[in-house]
Amino acid sequence: MNAFAKRHPVWTAMIAIAAAALLWMIFAIWPAWLVDLIGRKKIFLNALFNGITLGGLYFLVASGFTLIFGLMRNVNLAHGSLYLLGGYIGYVFAEWTGYWLIAFPAAFIIVGAFGILLQLFVFRRMEGQDLRQTLVTIGISIVMADLMLWIWGGDFYNIAAPSWLSGPMETFLVTGVKRSSGDLIFLKYPLVRIVIFLAALVIGVGMWLLLNRTRVGMLVRAGVDDLDMLSATGARIQLVFLGVFAFGAGLAGVAGVVGGTFQSVAPGEDVRFLLASLVVVIVGGMGSIPGAALGALLIGLAEQFGSVYFPTYAVVLTFLIMVLVLAFRPQGLLGRA
Amino acid sequence: MAVTDEARVAEPAPFWIERIPTPYWLVGIVLLVIPAFSSDFVMFQIFGWTFILGIIALSLMFLAGYGGMVSLVQMSIAGMAGYMVAIFGISAIETISQGWPWYVAIPLALAVAVLFGTLAGWLAVRTEGIYTIMITLAIASAFFYFTRQNYVIFNGFSGFNGVLPPMLFGIDWRGPEAFYYLTLFWAAACYLAVLYVSRAPFGLALQGVRDNPRRMAALGYNVTGHRVAAYAFAALIAGIGGILLTWQSAQISPGTAGIGPVIDILVIAVIGGLRHPVGPFIGAFIYVLLKTFALDALVAVGLSGERFQLLIGVGFLIIVFWSPDGILGLWEKWRAARGRDPLLDRGGDGP
Repeated sequence: MNAFAKRHPVWTAMIAIAAAALLWMIFAIWPAWLVDLIGRKKIFLNALFNGITLGGLYFLVASGFTLIFGLMRNVNLAHGSLYLLGGYIGYVFAEWTGYWLIAFPAAFIIVGAFGILLQLFVFRRMEGQDLRQTLVTIGISIVMADLMLWIWGGDFYNIAAPSWLSGPMETFLVTGVKRSSGDLIFLKYPLVRIVIFLAALVIGVGMWLLLNRTRVGMLVRAGVDDLDMLSATGARIQLVFLGVFAFGAGLAGVAGVVGGTFQSVAPGEDVRFLLASLVVVIVGGMGSIPGAALGALLIGLAEQFGSVYFPTYAVVLTFLIMVLVLAFRPQGLLGRA
Repeated sequence: MAVTDEARVAEPAPFWIERIPTPYWLVGIVLLVIPAFSSDFVMFQIFGWTFILGIIALSLMFLAGYGGMVSLVQMSIAGMAGYMVAIFGISAIETISQGWPWYVAIPLALAVAVLFGTLAGWLAVRTEGIYTIMITLAIASAFFYFTRQNYVIFNGFSGFNGVLPPMLFGIDWRGPEAFYYLTLFWAAACYLAVLYVSRAPFGLALQGVRDNPRRMAALGYNVTGHRVAAYAFAALIAGIGGILLTWQSAQISPGTAGIGPVIDILVIAVIGGLRHPVGPFIGAFIYVLLKTFALDALVAVGLSGERFQLLIGVGFLIIVFWSPDGILGLWEKWRAARGRDPLLDRGGDGP
């Protein structure tokens, strides 16, 4: 942080000013001219919160993707299909047992097991041929998309959150002042979204701790840096591969349940989330977990602010960010050259 | 495929026509006489579509096979050319279409397509290998979403209809026979152009860049320049395919260059084989046959016709799994196995 500030004083100042402006916009009661300029504060705050929570969802999907890529150099283009499979499995289990929380371990275990099968029977057989692996994942995603369409049809499913999580929650953020009485109006926000975002945060921090503070994490990081040397030292690299693939796939499954609660489970969501995670890891930097977090936050915010303030080109905005990052920092914001 | 009447008057002296291998004569003659005994549907829908998809997949094959860059943006470039023909030329959407004559609209459309392809290539070549797939996929989907959202230029969700080829020489080029020969001509032209470029100094340098960019850079070649130029050339081919595709269906909409078609072009090129320019056409023929007749075949074995994607996906998986070089790879394997001397265990070609 200090080193960055010393090397790029102008950038640091600009980031600090932007952060201060953002904080002021979040906490202050907006003056009339600002409301005239960009609309009411409630809209802004909702877009901000939606963006952050959507970023949390994107992070869940993209972190597994980037972990698998970082270690195995395998662009798993079937990752969106794993997400969708997790959503359907979560829906089935939540309906069957009646417990929303059951959906998460069920999706994690089943999709993770599916990931193990993929790694054992498909990717292990073509190790090192990254283009062929990528092509195979495209084939798998086509087949899986059609199989899921066959089983579950083209309907939209929504995984219902339990009653103790439904409904809005009053936050401490002020959106405005009542004209009649002078009371402060506070922002109301769906509780389930906040809980899910916190869960994404916990998972993210947990992953960081796992990668940076444990022996398994050390193995994974060593594998990302130099695979050949790691296997030469006698580490059981295939086991690490298997574990990472299962974990990444399981995370995609959990993200599917989250997405199914947030939005809905339907055909076509697989491509949407595959593209989202592609853009997230390109922006954040391939193979970097903090990069995935930063990219997910940026893309989530861009999508939500885009859909509020320039509704026609909301999707294009995210791709514009990607193109800008590619043009000026091809390895991604936090990627290593 | 360069078949002319000069075949019969070929002189005994070594002449360029004599150097054309026999398979070319056979395939060329068969393709030229097909309209004599096939129905309008076969000519227009099966062969016309095969040639068009083959041309677009050929541009991907050129980039992937000779440049080592698997670009998923080719279908979007084709879509861009189709859109530009509709916008500069004549379509049913008169508020947007400029209505310029074909000799202005078509070159302009190709120029825009080449520009778009060059820009996409310039972005994509900043990365290598599998990153290229991801970035081009992202650009392709950006194009899809942009055309779907933009109503001022691209007319949004519905796109353009009534985009017809010009009535040149008094022929309706959308007639089955005329369209067959039109697409055949352009397929042959693109095929020969790719073959020529692959043997020209530029193509050889490109293949050098594919095999070892660092060494080529050390030899003084501009690696990035060659790659971007390859994208520009491929964009021209894809643009030709895109214009023909627009004429065939007489319309262009965001779905033409959606995520599905983008992946389909990759599937076609990989199924056919990325080693030789004939691969994409073989792949396109198989794809079109599957797409046209899978419905009947699936119903015949008791599945619903909607499972077409499953069939394509499984076929693609099998090909990638067992023969990464596609059908062409299988053919070469088979030839090598047949030509092998069981006693010497050597190939049949050499001693």
